Amino acid sequence: MRYLPLTDTDRQEMLSVIGAASVDDLFVDVPAQARLSGQIAGLPDHASELAVERHMAALARKNLSAGEAPFFLGAGAYRHHVPASVDHLIQRGEFLTAYTPYQPEIAQGTLQVLFEFQTQVARLLGCDVANASMYDGSTACWEAIGMARRITKRGKAILSSGLHPHYVSVANTMAKFTGDALVHEAPKLDAATDIEALIAGIDKDTSCVVVQYPDILGRIADLTPLAEAAHAAGALLIAVVTEPVALGACRAPGHMGADIVVGEGQSIGVGLQFGGPYLGLFACKQKYVRQMPGRLCGETVDAAGKRGFVLTLSTREQHIRREKATSNICTNSGLCALAFSIHMTLLGEKGLRELAMLNHGLAVQAADRLRQVPGVTLLNDSFFNEFTLLLSKDAREIVRTLADKGVLGGVSLGRLFPDAPEIGHGLVVAVTETVTPEDIETFAKALEEELA
Amino acid sequence: MTMLKEGRPTAPQAVTEADAAPATATGNRALMLEEALIFEIGSTDTTGVDFAEAPKVASRLGNLARTDGIGLPGLSEQETVRHYTRLSRQNYAIDLGLFPLGSCTMKHNPRLNEKVARMPGFADLHPLAPQSTVQGALAVIHELAEWLIKLTGMHSVAMSPKAGAHGELCGLLAIRAALEARGDARSVILVPESAHGTNPATAAFCGYKVEDIPATPDGRVDLEALKARLGPDVAAVMITNPNTCGLFERDMKTISDAVHAAGAFVYCDGANFNAIVGRVRPGDLGVDAMHINLHKTFSTPHGGGGPGSGPVVLSEALAPFAPLPFVEKQGDGFALVEEETAGEHHGRSFGRMVAFHGQMGMFTRALTYILSHGADGLRQVANDAVLNANYILRSLDDVLDAPFGASGPCMHEALFSDKGLAEGFTTLDIAKGLIDEGFHPMTMYFPLVVHGAMLVEPTETESKTALDQFILALRSLAERAKAGDEALKGAPYFAPRRRLDETLAARKPVLTWTEPALAEAAE
Amino acid sequence: MSRYFTDEHEWIDVEGEIATVGITDYAQEQLGDIVFVELPAEGTTFEKGDDAAVVESVKAASDVYAPISGEVVEANSALEDEPALVNSDAEEDGWFFKLRIADASELEGLMNEAAYKKFVASL
Repeated sequence: MRYLPLTDTDRQEMLSVIGAASVDDLFVDVPAQARLSGQIAGLPDHASELAVERHMAALARKNLSAGEAPFFLGAGAYRHHVPASVDHLIQRGEFLTAYTPYQPEIAQGTLQVLFEFQTQVARLLGCDVANASMYDGSTACWEAIGMARRITKRGKAILSSGLHPHYVSVANTMAKFTGDALVHEAPKLDAATDIEALIAGIDKDTSCVVVQYPDILGRIADLTPLAEAAHAAGALLIAVVTEPVALGACRAPGHMGADIVVGEGQSIGVGLQFGGPYLGLFACKQKYVRQMPGRLCGETVDAAGKRGFVLTLSTREQHIRREKATSNICTNSGLCALAFSIHMTLLGEKGLRELAMLNHGLAVQAADRLRQVPGVTLLNDSFFNEFTLLLSKDAREIVRTLADKGVLGGVSLGRLFPDAPEIGHGLVVAVTETVTPEDIETFAKALEEELA
Repeated sequence: MTMLKEGRPTAPQAVTEADAAPATATGNRALMLEEALIFEIGSTDTTGVDFAEAPKVASRLGNLARTDGIGLPGLSEQETVRHYTRLSRQNYAIDLGLFPLGSCTMKHNPRLNEKVARMPGFADLHPLAPQSTVQGALAVIHELAEWLIKLTGMHSVAMSPKAGAHGELCGLLAIRAALEARGDARSVILVPESAHGTNPATAAFCGYKVEDIPATPDGRVDLEALKARLGPDVAAVMITNPNTCGLFERDMKTISDAVHAAGAFVYCDGANFNAIVGRVRPGDLGVDAMHINLHKTFSTPHGGGGPGSGPVVLSEALAPFAPLPFVEKQGDGFALVEEETAGEHHGRSFGRMVAFHGQMGMFTRALTYILSHGADGLRQVANDAVLNANYILRSLDDVLDAPFGASGPCMHEALFSDKGLAEGFTTLDIAKGLIDEGFHPMTMYFPLVVHGAMLVEPTETESKTALDQFILALRSLAERAKAGDEALKGAPYFAPRRRLDETLAARKPVLTWTEPALAEAAE
Repeated sequence: MSRYFTDEHEWIDVEGEIATVGITDYAQEQLGDIVFVELPAEGTTFEKGDDAAVVESVKAASDVYAPISGEVVEANSALEDEPALVNSDAEEDGWFFKLRIADASELEGLMNEAAYKKFVASL
């Protein structure tokens, strides 16, 4: 087996140093009835690199990848072009095969990247401080709700109907065990978001209001009045950003009064990957920093007076605080944070703005072309690169049929909100810089055929 | 003859004390390059990418256009490549040498894994694509799940947890759901004193009160103390096996039987599965739920701290409560069971733990690794991992105190203490000395039950030559620490940085960059 | 004014009905560099033995218990900017909080300075 370097001679020499007759002697503490006498039956033996590659390639070929079809899916995961150098750099062994930077003298590479990442995220989201990443946007959102509970000592969280249903589902699962009360309903097909309803629902028991920006239907709203209303009642505003490229064109939630801003960083550097690994972004106001979950990297100096970086404020974390920790999280999403940071460095804010305007421009063109299809209405007044179409038929069936014809035409609201059949004719369409005018035309024609 | 002169000397003169290295103008030292922050070398006017021109359209951003300067510098492609290449060279990594971190299983990360994960048929798939278009991806998840079930002898597996600690949460939530389903909500979870911090943190998160179980002098869970504490208020016991002292819990089955008899469940922390994969099945030991760290036992890369992946194998009793979504075989193909289809199949699931389906990028890597090794290779992994650790234990137990060395072999990791070091010398000094010797330090001060603990896990991917070099280094440092060599106090000398001031970082946290002019104005 | 000590390494200065509480010099030396102190809010009431404050060093967080029952009347705000005061002057300027004493009889079981010194020597 090609990854096992010991030879039988090595093994014999080592056993004699140890003073054991065979490796089996080293397993003496395993009770006899639990000891397997040989390898597990019913499983194949080892295979060559060529054979394994062949097997996996065959499984890969059974999928219709985004690059092989006109592609318009979003709803929390977005297809963006990642420059070639990003993947080369993250595959350097010193990044790929490094560990958590607990020994800072030999991990300044990782630590400096984390410091740069934290700064990029804080600035992008419009906040004072950001952590070194969480697993993904949905768990970051849930952790933010927990943080709001700790800070306000209240247990009722109001979730906007525009919040991604998976994020709502995760929060609901966790709330069953933390005792938080969550207020949520499925979205209504209005051009405006539910900000007014959210403001009306805030009371003295509210720990936080959680709102997505842009929301699941692609709508964008000014969060300032919501922040003011929350603060007046002693509650926090949590903003969730599932498409960070939007912040290259739209005002940052942190600048509109959000206390905690979380998000999914996958759009920048990470790729679709069928759902993971992704990248949780977590940022907040300076005054809440000790309540933040996750790792934090801070600047310091070494014994020779040189600037360096270390993990800090560790007493919040599980390995020290154990049952009193701010979270049980141990692993972050290090390599994905690196990919995000490299891509963001290549873009710079100039490139990010250009990328954002390219996304928005193409999305506007697509929306205007698609609404011309008989049986299609555009829901949104405002959107960035994702909008909702209302179809004259059930959207979920349309999506399946389009797929059979080689068009990946958006995500149906039926898939996202199976318990709300009244919105089942809604289709969420994302348009990024990877979409061509030909793709839009193909999609429009295919849709026209289906709705005829 | 033609007298062709060399023109310059070709053998160096021997270096003397007087040739101490001078300072350089740049602060660089040949290949050891200092690197500033992107905020110091980049500019908001620079970008390393180029785009087609955006179509001219009337904005639909609803008066929310971003007009502030964001403060994100850009670099050209070549500056970017240089910046990150230079930074990478300030890191230790498995690709450079033995990485002896106990309980982290720092084995070689095969490059075939990386190639497979990047096949567009896997990498360029959207999680919400219609299921008919992603049958190959669902097949991967299913095939990996079948391997994990067979390797552990369990009933089923939840694939969606994103990391080990997330998996612990999954296991405990399944246990909680099972207890609630039988109308027997309980309030306490028992955790050994030697457990990893995620165990009590996770238990507290789920709303349980955590109580410690003491250890016996031979480093195992005190069975009698545990049996005495079991009662109608105990929901579960969390055991790590092999435990954090690197020892196999001999009484595991007895413990499980006692726990089940008391109406509770056994959660097993599977971080140390590398010691027993292919040789012992946790299902045979009475385990109800166990998370597997794909980034430990199954070689997915550590990436500087993540991402991980923590699928959880479940017993028949807990299987009905597993989280959504999951993949199952349906007819000729595979289906992803999400919320709305759950009712028919899985009405008692405790719910969804994460958006989408889990760490697909880690599933492809782990399955590639598993197929490469096969059942015979995986058993050899455990054999060699345990052999390597015992070789290190017995090569050093004459010079370092091994608190459990006398009671028998260790499993995949060797544990030493700081007993016998000279007055004022600590595990930390040995660890920092190891850095100068060209190794990442071993796990220090964990588990807490041993004073000045040093936990060494070589893994099976180290050759005998690599082990011998490590033993040489650690022996030298142990001898120096026992002799009270003051030079150790200043280690590391040769790393990119000397010891760093963690007190300052915690007292005055600086977590983001501030432009110097702004920082001054703020003061 | 009298000073008492507990076996949890806290000192209490009693003046009338107000008790000032801090940790001993021995304790701060054991804990290492103090980086943060979490203090109770004014108005909080404690029973003897309740969790009252948390002292954080870089790698550990230690609980400080209320040595006697009472109501917090003041917390030492100097520790917010200068947690290092606990290291440099644990037994004076590094005080943690002041309590209005609920039950003076609780002071009876506590040690005086000589007894505390003897206690520390035995550890």
